[in-house]
Amino acid sequence: MDFVTSFILVTPELMLAAAGLVLLLVAAWAGDKAAIGVSIAAAAVFFVAGLSLVPSLHMGIDGPDTLAFGGLLKVDSFALFAKALIYLAAIACLFLAPAFFNSKAAGVERGLRAEYPVLILFAALGMSIMVSANDFMALYLGLELNSLASYVLASILRKNQRSAEAGLKYFVLGALASGILLYGMSLLYGFTGGTDFASVRAGLEGELSLGKLFGLIFVMSGLAFKIAAVPFHMWTPDVYEGAPTPVTAFFSTAPKVAAVALTARVVFEVFGGQVDAWQQIVMFTALASIVFGALGAIGQENLKRLLAYSSINNIGFILLGLAVANVAGASAMLVYLFIYVVMSIGSFTALLMLRDEDGDLYETFADIRGLAVTRPAIAWCLLIQMFSLAGIPPLLGFYSKFVIFKATVDAGLVAFAAIAIAASVIGAFYYIKFVRVMFFDEPAGVATGKSGTTHWILLIFTAAIVSPLGYLLTPSLADLADKAASALFIGG
Amino acid sequence: MIDIEHYLVVGAILFVLGVLGIFLNRKNVIVILMSVELILLAVNINLVAFSAFKGDLVGQVFAMLVLTVAAAEAAIGLAILVIYYRGRGTIAVDDVNRMKG
Repeated sequence: MDFVTSFILVTPELMLAAAGLVLLLVAAWAGDKAAIGVSIAAAAVFFVAGLSLVPSLHMGIDGPDTLAFGGLLKVDSFALFAKALIYLAAIACLFLAPAFFNSKAAGVERGLRAEYPVLILFAALGMSIMVSANDFMALYLGLELNSLASYVLASILRKNQRSAEAGLKYFVLGALASGILLYGMSLLYGFTGGTDFASVRAGLEGELSLGKLFGLIFVMSGLAFKIAAVPFHMWTPDVYEGAPTPVTAFFSTAPKVAAVALTARVVFEVFGGQVDAWQQIVMFTALASIVFGALGAIGQENLKRLLAYSSINNIGFILLGLAVANVAGASAMLVYLFIYVVMSIGSFTALLMLRDEDGDLYETFADIRGLAVTRPAIAWCLLIQMFSLAGIPPLLGFYSKFVIFKATVDAGLVAFAAIAIAASVIGAFYYIKFVRVMFFDEPAGVATGKSGTTHWILLIFTAAIVSPLGYLLTPSLADLADKAASALFIGG
Repeated sequence: MIDIEHYLVVGAILFVLGVLGIFLNRKNVIVILMSVELILLAVNINLVAFSAFKGDLVGQVFAMLVLTVAAAEAAIGLAILVIYYRGRGTIAVDDVNRMKG
């Protein structure tokens, strides 16, 4: 394996890294007045990097040809699918940002900062490395690059106390999670004899010794922290509420995709020979996330907090696909992930559009009363997103839950599917509360400000995808997800 | 003779101390940063001990990587702590409560 082939395989990462460094210099020299230019350049780089993935994504690649740098990275269909999704989410979050940071909602630090797009670029670079990692060292490097950029993003409004507190909490719990993950990796290295996934897998064959079992559990716990699954979810609501809304939209999409893809990679490629050891843990985590996500959201007044619980709930369904532990489950998981990202961006865009004439943001249930009268277009788009999140047919959110449940039932895990369906009915309660408040309450009349064109485009675009029109996408989406999922199972 | 178990026990004790330091400490966020460092050092002891006993260099390379990343992490943690202190005038853990629910 020569270096040229390796470099060709990681072209998107090279683009992101080069663009990140150059734009960082531009940001340092030109200051915040270049922020919009830097944002557009970053979005263009994401777009080009995403386009470069399309041919191989379409063909479907796997096997030894996808290994780069002596097996440190593995650029197979699965990694490509996750990367494409990450870049799409990153572009959306770049578009969401200017209108928020340039309005009164940003407080005393009004004005988009030029670091914002650069940090998004570096975070996405870290995620790219995460999803294509084939060695614990590459995994850790990517994870930290992503996390470090994310901590800064959470506290980017330096003078806003809530933003600083969100950054602090995210940092402390994120660092703890990295430490736990790393401790697990050190144990696995010691007891199996390598850091690359193939040799760890080989070392895990047969009866699990105590050291290996501890390593496996620590690694799983660290990953559960990163994807915010119960019982390691407690940081999510605080960080989501405190971080600036475009950053929250970013956190609930791109890093989720990366962390879920990473978890899938680790459980199938490293622990693939020990399905019995992790399947019950993942199943428990999945069901607990679904139930806690649904129950925790019920009493919430703040919409960002509520969407945080909703994301915990959704992660539960994604993990349910993972716990099935076969190609169909992994493919259902990827389909769900795509639809979840679209719904998430749609909901956060709608939240960002709830502002008064001065641009101040409104984010509680009391503020969206009677939105159907004052801002009907936003109310209807939000209604589509909420019904879709609740899984009501004929919206696309129904399809995503359907494929997950189908994979679960086909694998004979009927009882688990039944619990998950029951819990998703609880979840429907607060999604429908949105609709009740928006359509049947007396208008509060606060969110009357105009919204920017980019927000309208994103809102309508995401609503169109989750509307029944989205079913036109499902054949090709399912095809891509199948290819990606089967690449994951080549080694085992 | 110092065996691998001794190193592992030291590593495990440091790791547990670090985790407890994060959860039990109610006074100061700086202590949390120190606890995070303790966890990463426990990992490094594990990695280097395994590496030495197996005669395999990968563990030591990994330890160098962890050291580098730990430095970056500490820098970012302190930076966030500084902006937090500027806004609130305190870094007591009990006061980190602007958001609840």
